[in-house]
Amino acid sequence: MIANFGFGALLICFVVSLYGIGAAIYGVRRNALAWTESARAAMLLTWPLLTLAAVSLVYLLVAGHYEVQFVYNVTSSAMPLYLRMTALWGGQAGSLVFWSWLMSAFASAVMLRSWQRDREFQPWVIVVSLVTLAFFLGLVIFVENPFARFWQTANGMQVISMFQPAGGTLLLPPDGRGLNPLLRHPGMIIHPPMLYLGFVSFVIPFAFAIAALITGRSDDRWIRLTRRWTLVAWLFLSLGLVFGSRWAYDVLGWGGYWGWDPVEIAAFMPWLSGTAFLHSVMIQEKRGLFKRWNLVLIIITYSLVIFGTFLTRSGVLSSVHAFAQSSIGPLFFSFISITFLISMALLLRRWNDLRSEGHMTSLLSRESLFLVNNLLFMGILVVCMWGVLFPLISELFTGQKVTVGPPFYERATGPLFAGIIFLMGIAPLSAWGHSTIKTLGRAVWKPALAALLVLIGALAAGVRSVAALITVFLIALTACITLYEYGRGVAARMRRSGENPLTALWRLAGRNRRRYGGYIIHLGVTLMAVGIIGIEMFQSETQGALKPGETLELGRYAVTFRSLAQFDTPDGRNVARAVLDVSRDGRPLGQLYPRRDYYYDSQQPMTIPGVRSSVEDDLYVLLVDWQPISSEGATFKVYHNPMINWLWAGGLVFILGTFVAAWPSREELAVVRVPAKLAVSEP
Amino acid sequence: MAVCFALAFAPAGLAQGSAPPAATPVGVTDNQVNAIARELYCPVCENVPLDVCPTQACAQWRDLIRQKLNDGWSEAQIQEYFALQYGDRVLAEPPRRGLNWLVYILPPLIFLVGVFIVFRTLRALRKAPGSSAQEQAPAPAPDPYVARLEEELKRREKE
Repeated sequence: MIANFGFGALLICFVVSLYGIGAAIYGVRRNALAWTESARAAMLLTWPLLTLAAVSLVYLLVAGHYEVQFVYNVTSSAMPLYLRMTALWGGQAGSLVFWSWLMSAFASAVMLRSWQRDREFQPWVIVVSLVTLAFFLGLVIFVENPFARFWQTANGMQVISMFQPAGGTLLLPPDGRGLNPLLRHPGMIIHPPMLYLGFVSFVIPFAFAIAALITGRSDDRWIRLTRRWTLVAWLFLSLGLVFGSRWAYDVLGWGGYWGWDPVEIAAFMPWLSGTAFLHSVMIQEKRGLFKRWNLVLIIITYSLVIFGTFLTRSGVLSSVHAFAQSSIGPLFFSFISITFLISMALLLRRWNDLRSEGHMTSLLSRESLFLVNNLLFMGILVVCMWGVLFPLISELFTGQKVTVGPPFYERATGPLFAGIIFLMGIAPLSAWGHSTIKTLGRAVWKPALAALLVLIGALAAGVRSVAALITVFLIALTACITLYEYGRGVAARMRRSGENPLTALWRLAGRNRRRYGGYIIHLGVTLMAVGIIGIEMFQSETQGALKPGETLELGRYAVTFRSLAQFDTPDGRNVARAVLDVSRDGRPLGQLYPRRDYYYDSQQPMTIPGVRSSVEDDLYVLLVDWQPISSEGATFKVYHNPMINWLWAGGLVFILGTFVAAWPSREELAVVRVPAKLAVSEP
Repeated sequence: MAVCFALAFAPAGLAQGSAPPAATPVGVTDNQVNAIARELYCPVCENVPLDVCPTQACAQWRDLIRQKLNDGWSEAQIQEYFALQYGDRVLAEPPRRGLNWLVYILPPLIFLVGVFIVFRTLRALRKAPGSSAQEQAPAPAPDPYVARLEEELKRREKE
């Protein structure tokens, strides 16, 4: 009953989406506002309909309706309530419903804004949003139906179908297979929704860009309208990546946070092009340059968003043959190709109208440096894309599967990341339009001196790797420049207004949120870079089999094996949990409890590390192996991860900066408030 | 991944721990084994390095590395052995031959094309008509940032 209801809501939503597309196009052709309004209403209707479908599916998951194939695949009676709810995005069909629901929410929110100044954009924004939504709904309804159920036909065959076959009876499995243990982690509550929010919200600037191309508006109105959407999309995507890294660190049990896995890269690629876009649009806003390039960037970002969903959902990553057999792979591929080609064709049609209005006066101007920033981001994107695609190409042409692993990515992207950090430091010092080596040098010499001191400190601390020293210098330089910029702004305010430093800092950031929010983001990135350098260049590890009372040493740390217990838990796990004493330089620091969980329902193990965290480092211990008789001994792998917590702290600073940058200024809020008041006062 | 887990656990059922390392050759440390296993990928799972793969199958492959090390094999020989047995996918990077060269050549090539395009764009935009007057304009006054900031503050405070 509920399954039928949910499916019905999906079906109606699909029809409403198709109607909305038709009504919007018809409204433009006939120049009839009523049709556009009708299309807008259709857009707004999709969200409640999808909410009904999503709530139905969540109900089935929570209530344990295992006759529904999706519910059977991703839940079991042993799972706690929060995991049964979040299992919505724990499998392919459910995550496509979730994607659609978020997409619809964002597109509906856009419809609620005032369109008076941009009436011509509206129908095309509706068309682009609804085409994307309809594609996902089509997949859910016709290919990956989350409401399909198990049936037994009259001749005893088991079939999976939405509707009852003639003479068939519903099959009711007593329990489900349960969620993949990797996904049974609190991080699962937050990581996929953030990533998906980032994905879907990038559809909005793309929709406006396409609307601008179709209507022939060559100014930067579409950029100004979507600036905040882009920042929000970028914020969610960044959050998704940071939470995903933390989840990997806590759950995957390999001592790291990022493994250059294709699924990780799939989420990273739209972030790269989105970051390039965020910077590049500023050049168009300030100088009227690179209009075409900004459109290319948002088209690429949209394609990568769909590609990211496609990579993780099509089975293409395991093998090209899996892709060919996958029911949704070819559909995704076709959709990406068609939307990309149509978008590029629209861009080419307007090519001549989109000439740059300004010109460059200096190779050291901010716009030049932003262009180089774009080049570096796109360079990393090319490396990532090629690294993900090459194994498939190799398999296709030679039949041989190859692995493109971390060494390739680290070697290829390392210098590009270093270049970005350097630019992050000097670009804010350069002026729009004009900068010279002299002006830049004058602004940079004090922070450079401070960075030099950090470099000397690193040398004194025993760092000898040239790559590490260069990176440390660049990070220090950028951090010092950013702090110095804040200092200069605060000093200028204090001189002019006699404010105290804290008030000056608060008002400085409040007066130009975009710039100073950006600086906070840059600071966050430098902190994250410290963490990355720490773990990538200075991680150490050791492994050994210990009997109770024996000790394993790593650097200044020592872990002593005390005991191991094995027991069943009420949520369907068999847990092997070790107890270790930890000391540093002979001083006791407490105990760690690394464990291995074995999930009975899915018959999969999970390695959960025991971690001791400090500002300086993490001691990360894995239970690798143990004897059947627990008192005999166990094998442990111990990692020392220097500075890793700077990565997480930097992530928080980064997010704070994005909030500052995206928060509406007083002037903008006033603009929003005035029409609202006028609207109320109107009869 | 699922295949790997299935392969590893189907026969063993509930497999707490692995077999006692009684037959493990002495003299080769876990760290030596991991140093080689880190450079190899699980032949069954997707993108999981052999040193951290938690499955029984991978534990056996690590034991194989230990055995080979004990027999005096070098790291290169072990890598070659694994590549021959399970295909190039066990190597962390595609071996530099044939079509695989594309992995290494194409990204820098595309990047160079990008550099060229950026260079040309910058040059073209600098040569834009009417730009000469501004090109010859003097550099901004010392400490342009603070001057600009203060100017901006003044303007905003007047508003």
